[in-house]
Amino acid sequence: MGLAYKLAAASPQIVATVIEATEFPDLAARYQVSGVPKTVVNDTIELLGLQSEDVLVAQVTQEPEKGTVG
Amino acid sequence: MDDSVSGDNVKGRLARMKQNVKLVFFTQTFGCDTCLPARQVVDQLANLSERIIVEEHNLVLDKQHAERFGIDRAPAIIVSGETDLGIRYYGVPAGHELTSILEAVVLVGTRELTLKQESLAALATLSRPIDIKVFVTPT
Repeated sequence: MGLAYKLAAASPQIVATVIEATEFPDLAARYQVSGVPKTVVNDTIELLGLQSEDVLVAQVTQEPEKGTVG
Repeated sequence: MDDSVSGDNVKGRLARMKQNVKLVFFTQTFGCDTCLPARQVVDQLANLSERIIVEEHNLVLDKQHAERFGIDRAPAIIVSGETDLGIRYYGVPAGHELTSILEAVVLVGTRELTLKQESLAALATLSRPIDIKVFVTPT
């Protein structure tokens, strides 16, 4: 997903990892991936479907304290 | 490799790269059926431009490198410039995702972000680490 990579390149704080879900079913199960693309920010915010630049930037910059999933 | 990757348009964009791009590839010897096809994709990408350099590490044997990049699975591809920009891919890039990786290579090589000014301004305010995971399937 190119947008996440652009955000990573734009900010030293961001790491963007694209994961091929069928190759890593354990990760897909842990993050409850029921459809793709699915974006997960700091293990807390879950976004299903293609995201616009405005939405993803807003979610990333308003992200709450880090939690855990699974 | 399909036309979307090897076509003239892509070659033109690759030719605009002003900086070298390092593809840091993590493999493992056992229990990784997709490591070889992933490496083949990495090699195909590297053949597109002299500015693309491949660096391979073994996930199990090169623990130091794996930890430095926060990599715990293989195959993994990191698209890096002089410094690590936080661009990672787990799996074999195919179809649309191969295009995404190629775009990441051009992005790192040209530093043309094509993000809105307001996005860049908002991202510049980040003071905490942000981890973005995007799950995809082959298309």
